[in-house]
Amino acid sequence: MATSNPSVFLLTVNGQIEGANFPEYDNLYCKYCYVYGHDWAPTTGLEEGITQITCKSSQSHRLIWNFPLETTFKSTNPFGWPQLVVSVYGPDVFGNDVVRGYGATHIPFTPGQHTRTIPMFVPEPTWRLQKFTGWLLGRRPEYTDPKVVAQGEGREVTRVRSRGFVTVSFNIMTKDMKKMGYDTGPLIPSNGLPATPD
Amino acid sequence: MKQEDEGSDGDPGETLKRAIRAQRQRRKKKLLERSLVQEIHEDEDAGEVSTLQDFSANRASAEKTDNLMASTKPPAGSHIGLRTQHSSSSQYLDTLQEKLRAARSKVERLQQHEASVEPASRLQRLRDGDHVTRFDREQVDPVSAEGGEDPPALRSRVKFREAARRVDKDLPTAEEAYNFFTFNFEPDHPNESEKLGRKRQKQRETTEEDRGEAEVEEDAEGEEDNQDDNVIQSEDAPLVQNENDLFVIDQSPQDFLVMKRAEYVGYRKRLQRDSELLFTPSLRTVPTSVKLPENMKPRFLEDEGLYVGERPPVSQTNENILENRILRAEEGKKWFGDDGKIMALPDPIKESSTRPPLFHMEGELHPGLQTVYRKALPSKYANLFLAGAADPEGDYQLDVDISGLVFSHHPLFSREHVLAARLAQLYDQYLTRQHNNLTGHLTDKLNGLRNALRNMMNIHGEQGLSLALRQRVSEYSFEVRNTRQLRDAEQEKDRTLLKSIIKVWKEMKALREFQKFTNTPYKLYLRRENVDRASDERKYEEEILTEVLELEAENEEEYQKKLVEYNKQLEEWKLWRKKQKAIRKTKKKKKKKGQAQDDTEEEENQDLKESEPEGPFEEGSLKPEPPERPDLGSIEQQVREKASRIRRRAGEAILIPELSASGSITATELCPRAEIARREDVSRRSLFIKILYNDKEVSRTGSCSLNADFRVHFGQIFNLKILNCPQSIILQVFEEIGSSCSLLAQVFGPVPDPSVVTGRAPIEKFEFSSNQRVMFDHEGVGSDVPISFEPDGSNKVILLTSGQLLCCMSWGAGDDNAPLAPPVSQQPGGVRRGLGHLDAVTSIGASGLYDMKKISEWATQSRLDPNDPKNASIMQLLKVASSGEVTAPEYFRLEHLQDEFNFVSDEELDDSKRFRLLRLRNQGVAEFRNYKLVPALESEIPDKVLQEYEKRLKDGEIVDTKEHLDSHRALVAKYLQRIQESVINRSILAKHYFQLPDLVVEEEIPSIGILGINLFKLTEPKRPLKPQRKDRKKVTAQNLSDGDIKLLINVIRAHNVPIRKPQSNKPGQSSQSAIQSSDSYLSQAQVRPFVEVFFQRSVLQTTTADGPNPSWNEELQLPFSAPNGDYSTTSLQSVKDEVFVNIFDEVVYEIGPNKDRGSSIHTQIEKHWLGSVKIPFSTIYSQSKIDGAFKVNTPAVLLGYSKELGSYGAYDHFRKPSEGTFIRLFITIEPQLVPGESIREKFESQEDERLLQASETFEREAAQNYPDRPCITTVIDLNGKTVFITRYIRPLKPPQEFLDAFPNNPQEATTLVARYVSLIPSLPDQVSFSGTCDLWSTCDQFLTLLAGDEEEHAVLLCNYFLFLGKKAWLIIGTAIPEGRTAYVLTHEPSGYFIWNPSSGQCFEWDDPFCPLQTVGCLVNPDNVWFNVQQKTSPPNMSFDITKSKLWKPFFSRFFSHPGLSSIQPEELAYRHADKAAAVELQDRIEKILKEEIMKWRPRHPTRWNRYCNAILKQFLPNLELSRGQDVAEGHRHELQSLLGDYRIAGFPLHLPFSEIRPIIEMVYSTGVHNIQASNVEFALAVYVHPYPSSVLSVWVYLASLSHL
Repeated sequence: MATSNPSVFLLTVNGQIEGANFPEYDNLYCKYCYVYGHDWAPTTGLEEGITQITCKSSQSHRLIWNFPLETTFKSTNPFGWPQLVVSVYGPDVFGNDVVRGYGATHIPFTPGQHTRTIPMFVPEPTWRLQKFTGWLLGRRPEYTDPKVVAQGEGREVTRVRSRGFVTVSFNIMTKDMKKMGYDTGPLIPSNGLPATPD
Repeated sequence: MKQEDEGSDGDPGETLKRAIRAQRQRRKKKLLERSLVQEIHEDEDAGEVSTLQDFSANRASAEKTDNLMASTKPPAGSHIGLRTQHSSSSQYLDTLQEKLRAARSKVERLQQHEASVEPASRLQRLRDGDHVTRFDREQVDPVSAEGGEDPPALRSRVKFREAARRVDKDLPTAEEAYNFFTFNFEPDHPNESEKLGRKRQKQRETTEEDRGEAEVEEDAEGEEDNQDDNVIQSEDAPLVQNENDLFVIDQSPQDFLVMKRAEYVGYRKRLQRDSELLFTPSLRTVPTSVKLPENMKPRFLEDEGLYVGERPPVSQTNENILENRILRAEEGKKWFGDDGKIMALPDPIKESSTRPPLFHMEGELHPGLQTVYRKALPSKYANLFLAGAADPEGDYQLDVDISGLVFSHHPLFSREHVLAARLAQLYDQYLTRQHNNLTGHLTDKLNGLRNALRNMMNIHGEQGLSLALRQRVSEYSFEVRNTRQLRDAEQEKDRTLLKSIIKVWKEMKALREFQKFTNTPYKLYLRRENVDRASDERKYEEEILTEVLELEAENEEEYQKKLVEYNKQLEEWKLWRKKQKAIRKTKKKKKKKGQAQDDTEEEENQDLKESEPEGPFEEGSLKPEPPERPDLGSIEQQVREKASRIRRRAGEAILIPELSASGSITATELCPRAEIARREDVSRRSLFIKILYNDKEVSRTGSCSLNADFRVHFGQIFNLKILNCPQSIILQVFEEIGSSCSLLAQVFGPVPDPSVVTGRAPIEKFEFSSNQRVMFDHEGVGSDVPISFEPDGSNKVILLTSGQLLCCMSWGAGDDNAPLAPPVSQQPGGVRRGLGHLDAVTSIGASGLYDMKKISEWATQSRLDPNDPKNASIMQLLKVASSGEVTAPEYFRLEHLQDEFNFVSDEELDDSKRFRLLRLRNQGVAEFRNYKLVPALESEIPDKVLQEYEKRLKDGEIVDTKEHLDSHRALVAKYLQRIQESVINRSILAKHYFQLPDLVVEEEIPSIGILGINLFKLTEPKRPLKPQRKDRKKVTAQNLSDGDIKLLINVIRAHNVPIRKPQSNKPGQSSQSAIQSSDSYLSQAQVRPFVEVFFQRSVLQTTTADGPNPSWNEELQLPFSAPNGDYSTTSLQSVKDEVFVNIFDEVVYEIGPNKDRGSSIHTQIEKHWLGSVKIPFSTIYSQSKIDGAFKVNTPAVLLGYSKELGSYGAYDHFRKPSEGTFIRLFITIEPQLVPGESIREKFESQEDERLLQASETFEREAAQNYPDRPCITTVIDLNGKTVFITRYIRPLKPPQEFLDAFPNNPQEATTLVARYVSLIPSLPDQVSFSGTCDLWSTCDQFLTLLAGDEEEHAVLLCNYFLFLGKKAWLIIGTAIPEGRTAYVLTHEPSGYFIWNPSSGQCFEWDDPFCPLQTVGCLVNPDNVWFNVQQKTSPPNMSFDITKSKLWKPFFSRFFSHPGLSSIQPEELAYRHADKAAAVELQDRIEKILKEEIMKWRPRHPTRWNRYCNAILKQFLPNLELSRGQDVAEGHRHELQSLLGDYRIAGFPLHLPFSEIRPIIEMVYSTGVHNIQASNVEFALAVYVHPYPSSVLSVWVYLASLSHL
């Protein structure tokens, strides 16, 4: 790639899914994937992954995954900027794996360190009886595709309940954005809060 | 007691009475006993009993004599009941009773304190007269009987008596009994006893309460009762006696001192009492007989044919209650009608609403009901909030300073006040005028002008005036005149003002004198300023003189003008006059001439002439009057008059009025009463002001009392922190009188300009007034009341409360002295009042900004400061504009700021390939829909990218005849494409309508059964030993890429492959060696078939097997790539590629021996095409797997092969030899793709809603009970409307030529028709409409489009069959390989037949090789039947649709056929077969094919055997005629005989014609071109047979010839 005249810009996402705060549940794991537009392509790194199962400790009620994210995207067009979609799963009373939350966030635009707390939600059953049978059979309503939460279309037909939060920290680097004419603001990562896993 | 003794004998009445009295006393005592148990004296009791006994004995005798049925009852507890008896048995009973009494008295004495009594029941029993049983019972169980337990039957029988009975329960007195028996009961008044009971109760209560007086009172009452009851007795004497005696005798401590328990009425008792007082009607139905008069039968008017309205609905219970209630009332029966029901008017509620429907068809609507369009108004409260108002910096502060209030009129004004106010007003006016001093100004001006004029005259003199000067002079004089007039007017005003001031002051003075007190402090001084009389007079005269002079000059001028005019007119008139005279002369001459001719005529003419001189003269030009010379003397007079009117007389002193408020007001004490009242009223009043900001009260001033001068001083400043845009500021003036306050007036304050800051803003006066009518009886004049100041009451004026509010609104000043005002831009337009001249946009509108004219107009109007740097740009613009260099644009721009927001200019957007690409991708253009990574730089975009797209766009317009070879087809293709596009667009739209199942996977609510099974499943082993096959996981197509998808084809086995014909059978001579060599092979294997699969130009083949029934069991994997790399569902569905499964025979020739060198043997392998199976990819995709035996499409003639099986096994005769070759395949896609779903969009329909619902239910039930059986009742037509399926079926006439072909063999016609239908190319809807929906076209559309799905074929075939008089049905079912499809079922005498409409083949219903696998439903024009049999495959089914157990009809008795009309045309119009076009097409196909074959053999020369070509060409028409029947033998023989030394392999291919491409593909797939032998020659013949409506049957005969 010619440095003088680049044809793509690069976005490197380093970071980690630090943990989550689900007051009601335990033994959870998290899946993540990226959703991005046509003009984006991942060059290196894992595009999707799944974390270990984490239990809460007796002291803290936080679930810690500390699952690294390392992906580099290339793109020619900021349209369709990548989004990180996380979905948290865990066993229910009967040991069935059920979904505990979906959430999505855009990868931060500006280079530097960022921490994002993603509110999580799950689709609600259409009616009560279904809630009961779903609970009994271990089949909660799920999105056909977790990526649904990254798109705005069609969400109006669903009903969701909020569940908890997932915290993700990002370290963003971009290359050649400015050269291609995209100014994403100050380079100084002043607005990024220091990531302190508590 | 003593009385009793005294009156012991006498008449029975007396006796009874006494008995009653005794009874009562006893009872009283007993009560006392009960309350004070310890006080009871035994002896007393004993005596009691004894008296009782002889008393009863007495009575017994009385009974005997009087035959009175009497029953005395001893007081509570002593149940010596005397029963009513008939006289006959009384004796006996009495003795019994005596005995009983004796025995019982003991018992009862014990029970005395349990006061259970039962009086009324006994009474009742007496009446009911069932004494015998009673008596028996009493003997058997006396206690219970005495306990007052009524038999239930009795209780229920007469319920209403219960009340009375209960009352009497403990107190059946003798009196009562007496009353009962002596009283004359009227039969209709059963309530009487109740009344009695009630009375008695009253008595009892009194006795219980105050025992001491009770005796007397009760006695009296008893007397009264008796009187009431018409008992005759001697009352007075005993009564008085009794009274005295009682009073004396029974004096004991117990009589006066009453000690008793607190009264408590138990719940039961209370209930009893309630029930006594209240009447509760029964809920039971009243029998009709009760409701009607006796011996009347209910009469039902309705049955008699009379109209009876519908009764209003009343619940049965309510009706019963009402009836029971009414029956109790007097004349209750009158409420019942003849039919025994309560009379009721008909139900008043109308069934339909009587209000006229509002929605008429247009036009007729009443104008008052017409809907009125109102423009949408922006919400009043939208955008009211000021941006940034919430944060602390952006707070805006509005200061409202209310300083005071001055009334110019108030109802409490006295007359003097009114005058004072007027005076003050006038004086005010005077002051302002004085201040402005307009008169002075005008006078100065006038003088200046006069001087200038005079100078001009002096300098130039009268005659030396140039034209320009003269012009100026006239202008000056004109100006002078105007100014003078103005000045005069002003002077007049001044004068009148002064006059009226003086007049008012005089009035006031008079008033003060008259009323003898002063209310107002006003005093007017007239200052006299003396002037120098001489100079003043001189001036005055001078003034008058000049004016007169001027007027004279003016008049003179006017006169001159008029004179000129007059002269001119005079001139004209003279001219005319002359002409007239001349005319008259000529006329006179004429007259003389004509006189002789006709007298009468002349007379008339004379008349005319006589009138002539006057007529025209009068009308045309009157002789002009010379203008009058103005009277100069009168001018002076006028001027003087005017001057005296409007001006101070000369030498008169100048009067200067001065108003002062220094006068003293008369003290209140000195005033008359009315005035005092007024002043008091004034002092009671106070005023306050509410401040309303945006119609909300934000603050109010404190209330200040009204002063005597009617001024209120508030002096309060309110700081309003505002959040909303200021809309209005309203100040409401309230007047308070005591505690009540009333709104006087509202003052609308203006929202200040942002520049108005507190401190700098002047106090403004806002006028207000109120039209309240107030009148007083004191001196106050009131408001809206006529008052007069004249003594005679004339000249009335009506004054309204009014005044001025002194306040000021401004914006608070911030720290930096900047106004805390919201920016102007935030304020809604209406508020920007007064800013118009500052803001160009508001004053001339945004669009005006492009109109230079308007801008310049605005600039001049608003007097822009050219030196203000803010305006520099506008001034610049104006300058340029006025110089004409820049022309204003002549267009109108909707969004005039668009330019600034444009990302790049439009041209750039269009030119840039990148932007274009991005836009096209966003629009979802097929080529770019999935274009990944659009390059960031223009230069990196290859030019090719857009070229294809552009080409396609260009191609869209021109019809490519080359590809289609047939203009009609080309047009059809275009048409089809357009439909396709619209459908795709609709589907893309529909894809954006999400439903919950699209986004959320949710378990269906399981039924209980499933729940049970699931629970049961929990106990199942987790890893069963025999695991069940689970469905593969389906993959959504979105993250797939090239190479991910593979087509798996499992070639299992084939049956009945054609075998080679032994060459020896050939009649013609052939090379011996060849026969030998081939013989050896033939002896080994009749055929060595292998399968070659050909898909998307990639070819795979199996190993070679032996024999006509080979088994391969091989899996072939073919890669699949989607068009444009688009793996979305829609794109996959529209893949048109087909999988060709070809069966070849591998033939090995040894070509060694006939060459020179014998040592080496060359074998040559040739593959001969035997047949093929064609499966469209779309079918595989939609079904995800295909498993079954397919009929191999073998050519009609296979040169060198025979379909007759030589040696079959023992089971040979089970098969029919003619049935052809079958191959068993299993085809699937790996990974499994989710087939696209059809649009769920609800299509509009013209069907009846009920029908649609029924069909939905029908389909849903079918899908629930038999999920694998297709059931269709409604389909979508080409217009996208839902249509009921039976509308498609209708007998239609096939082309006449088919009917004519075999007039006496209908069977032949059937096959011809079937063949015709099969010749119409089939095109799956999934392909054409990208799988979004299954569209059914009607037969005429189908024949026009010449392409359609199986359904269209089936419908057409079915309709033809129906026309041919067959019983035919449409079968909706599944088949191999099509999946869901439609077939046709016919019923012939020989049985049921199933027709495959797209191949034209016919199967018997029990044919095991019939491709139809399941039958879902049958359709004919009348009905739809759904298969509810156990089995679905045709051989196992019954097709007897009359059996409703096997076939569930859609239209049944419950839902009859509504008579749906068909949507098919009545008749199909066929175009005649075009032979010439067919021949042309035939030549072109042949040419193209030859070229193609040569292209496929690039390294070898392709030689065409022309002779053979010609022969083959002759064969083809025959083949068409025989419809592909087996004529192979003849062909081969013929060929062999003709060609001799060639080894021939060849076959005719038969195709329906749609495009050239499938033909080429087909030819390619046979692999004929692959023969590499050097001496091979080819032969190719094409024949196109035309059928009506451009249906073409194409035959391609291919053969390879190799020299032997």
